[in-house]
Amino acid sequence: MRSDRNSSAPIALKIAAAAGLLFLHIPLLLIFVYAFTTEEKSYQWPPPGLTAKWFAVTWNRPDVWEALALSLKVAAISTLIAIILGTLCAAAVSRSKFFGRETISLLVILPIALPGIITGISLRSAFSLMNIPFSTWTIVLGHATFCIVVVYNNAVARFRRTSGSMIEASYDLGADGFQTFRHIVLPNIGTALLAGGMLAFALSFDEVIVTTFTAGQQQTLPIWMLEELVRPRQRPVTNVVAMVVVLVTLLPILAAYYLTRDGDQTAGSGK
Amino acid sequence: MSTSAAIASTSAVLPRRGGVLNALSDAFWRNPRLLLFLMLAPPVLWLGVVYLGSLFALLLQSFFSIDEFSGLINREFTLKTYGELLLPSNMDIMIRTVVMAASVTIASAIVAFPIAYFAARYARGKWKALFYLGVMLPLWSSYLVKVYAWKLILAKEGILTWALDKLHLTWLLDAWLSLPVVGGNSLSVSFTGTFIVFVYVWLPFMILPIQAALERVPGNLIEASADLGASPAQTFRNVLFPLALPGIIAGSIFTFSLTLGDYIIPQIIGNSQYFIGQAVYSLQGTAGNIPLAAAFTVVPIVVMGIYLWMARRMGAFDAL
Amino acid sequence: MVSAVSFQKVSRHFGSVKAVDAVDLDIEPGEFFAMLGPSGSGKTTCLRLIAGFEQPTSGAISIFGERAEGVPPYRRNVNTVFQDYALFPHLNVLDNVAYGLMVKGIGRAERLKAAEDTLALVRLPGYGSRMPGQLSGGQRQRVALARALVNRPKVLLLDEPLGALDLKLRENMQEELKLLQKSLGVTFIFVTHDQGEALSMADRVAVFNDGHIMQIGTPHDIYQRPASRFVADFVGSSNVLPPEFVKLHSGQMRWASLRPEAIRVKREQDANGIPADVVALNYLGASTRIALDVNGLRLHAMIPAGQPLPEQGERVTISFNREQIHLMDGEA
Repeated sequence: MRSDRNSSAPIALKIAAAAGLLFLHIPLLLIFVYAFTTEEKSYQWPPPGLTAKWFAVTWNRPDVWEALALSLKVAAISTLIAIILGTLCAAAVSRSKFFGRETISLLVILPIALPGIITGISLRSAFSLMNIPFSTWTIVLGHATFCIVVVYNNAVARFRRTSGSMIEASYDLGADGFQTFRHIVLPNIGTALLAGGMLAFALSFDEVIVTTFTAGQQQTLPIWMLEELVRPRQRPVTNVVAMVVVLVTLLPILAAYYLTRDGDQTAGSGK
Repeated sequence: MSTSAAIASTSAVLPRRGGVLNALSDAFWRNPRLLLFLMLAPPVLWLGVVYLGSLFALLLQSFFSIDEFSGLINREFTLKTYGELLLPSNMDIMIRTVVMAASVTIASAIVAFPIAYFAARYARGKWKALFYLGVMLPLWSSYLVKVYAWKLILAKEGILTWALDKLHLTWLLDAWLSLPVVGGNSLSVSFTGTFIVFVYVWLPFMILPIQAALERVPGNLIEASADLGASPAQTFRNVLFPLALPGIIAGSIFTFSLTLGDYIIPQIIGNSQYFIGQAVYSLQGTAGNIPLAAAFTVVPIVVMGIYLWMARRMGAFDAL
Repeated sequence: MVSAVSFQKVSRHFGSVKAVDAVDLDIEPGEFFAMLGPSGSGKTTCLRLIAGFEQPTSGAISIFGERAEGVPPYRRNVNTVFQDYALFPHLNVLDNVAYGLMVKGIGRAERLKAAEDTLALVRLPGYGSRMPGQLSGGQRQRVALARALVNRPKVLLLDEPLGALDLKLRENMQEELKLLQKSLGVTFIFVTHDQGEALSMADRVAVFNDGHIMQIGTPHDIYQRPASRFVADFVGSSNVLPPEFVKLHSGQMRWASLRPEAIRVKREQDANGIPADVVALNYLGASTRIALDVNGLRLHAMIPAGQPLPEQGERVTISFNREQIHLMDGEA
């Protein structure tokens, strides 16, 4: 929507928009304050005092490290799988019109369009029907499934912007299919894949609903947090972990934004 | 042109270069369907077998039943389990969930609209980027952390009670909490709390599609309406709202679907009354009643199916 | 002598759409050949058949005597200048130009030298380090040309290469392309829907319609002696005369064409001429184009500047030499 340069927003609209944004951000900022509180038993506000000691306590908690390691491992593997499958699917859908193309798009979007609990319980009952024991791989199986769509969306948007005659030009100049992929296609979709990969990583790192069904006794970081929320053991440690999680997920999001901001469709709009 | 002789070729058709990749490239060029098949096979197999396979296996189990005495699953086709869905206690759960999803959706749309409208129509350059990130960052922040933040805010000793106390409005909170249904001991164990957290967590999903829809409205359309003598309220009702509607519907697909399936928010912030997600979770877990759990999951699928079908007829998918 | 490009009964059908239908065509080595026609006439498909982006449904295509069906584009010594130029946005100008040599495995120093030389040839010396996004439309077009020419193709294909340029630039580029083609001696095949462009640049022109070639000939042939009503209509301003009119004036019951400049217009009545009404006058600078109504038949005449002009609505007398009437072979 274009607007005149001299037109400015009505004051009521400005207030409503600003209030909305504050509503979105104040809770996240509170997390940062609580990470420093000296209060151990309750969620008392204002904090009776500030301290950094809980960072040290958290640092020395092996269960937090184990959960973090598992989360990182699952996110890395799921992202890799999602990048490969999402890119293949996007390339196939963009390069030719074939029967069932719409169905493929729907199939990719379905795992994220249906509530996560459905994906979770389906996978869990399938594992138990087939006697598959829970492992890192059962978690990865679920995560990769809903991460594909993030990579797919980014890659499809970029393929759409990449002119088809560029690939023909490469063939025309003597490059075969693999040379064209390496020298023309990959450099042109590279940043989109990177952005999609980062979003997929953030999505997997943060996922809890599907994971509760596919993890068994294992703890990813979100599962660890969920446990702490339901049955609190040491609240200040939870506060610190919450703050770290916010910081860790923000970085890939910012990176993905800067990688794709020149495009017509920016990464992440379709979480 | 002083190019060396190595570059110039006298032949119009160059010889095959040899090598496996080149041969493969020739094969793909001659048969593009082969390449398409090879590209599609891995993702379609993954999604088709892993995802759809388990989904169908689950749906199949909703036609089984559980033996009340042994607790074992009886693998015979029956509609008995679906009959159990209609028990008053289960109907309560479904109605409660759908009403919550609908209220959350309406509230999100109301809160989201000014933000999306401002971002689409008035924000430029730096402000535009700021608005965008201002929506994206909460969207992608950890879901659990967001829920946790609200546990801190809504707790009896938390910041909200403190702020109301400073404003001498504690009586208002007490009055609200004493209401039936929406009230409770404190906000963090009431439906009101559940509702606020749902709105908070899904709000970005509503803002982005509305903004996308509004970006496509030419600004002069609004000026034209004002020129023709429409009041701001008339312009909103007759021009802006219909044009933003596909975006609102697209956003509502997210808010509705996500609320239908969520079981963590009501578990952490809410009273002990179940939503569909919690019912499914406890049925498949502690109760071990997979058939009834499966039948329960069919409810959001059917509701979303109807919803998507209606949304599609109203052109919402163009705004995704 | 073997043809540069030869089509024998070549068809390319997309389902029920016959984009190219049983086309025969021979293009001589070193020729500047234009394919002219409205959009959807099959000219671009012919170009893509030569480049190898399309495969013929039936028929035989040879390039310098070698059969080309089943040969992928990357093994054809034929290069294309694309309509949208299709420059690689992530490579600078020099790497764009050197791309063809790079994928053929030619060493870096040698290919960059060749690319520099070719950039100089298209009058863009020293532009190598720029990115395509920093160039004007005309410059991009030159880069696209250099990127194709550096491979020393046996045939250069140009797909509406001037379509995106403004008028002035287009006229300059027309001359330049023509000079370049003559100096290199490479066969140029050029697709356009602009008859002025085709006539002014090409040695020979093929006029396409509906997947068929309607006429092949020199620009002079096409202009002066259109073989059919379509060609007369599409190529220019020829008057198309219906059989009844032709029979009256040359004795044969055939469709014919008559150039506007062959019609003489007299302001006084003359029993030897044909009476006509002036419908409109169109001042064109060097001449004035007059629309005439002859008993319901619309004719155009061209009067050079300096001669007396009739007025709109005036009744005049027109005449022409019988031998100026060109009977069309292409019409039954």
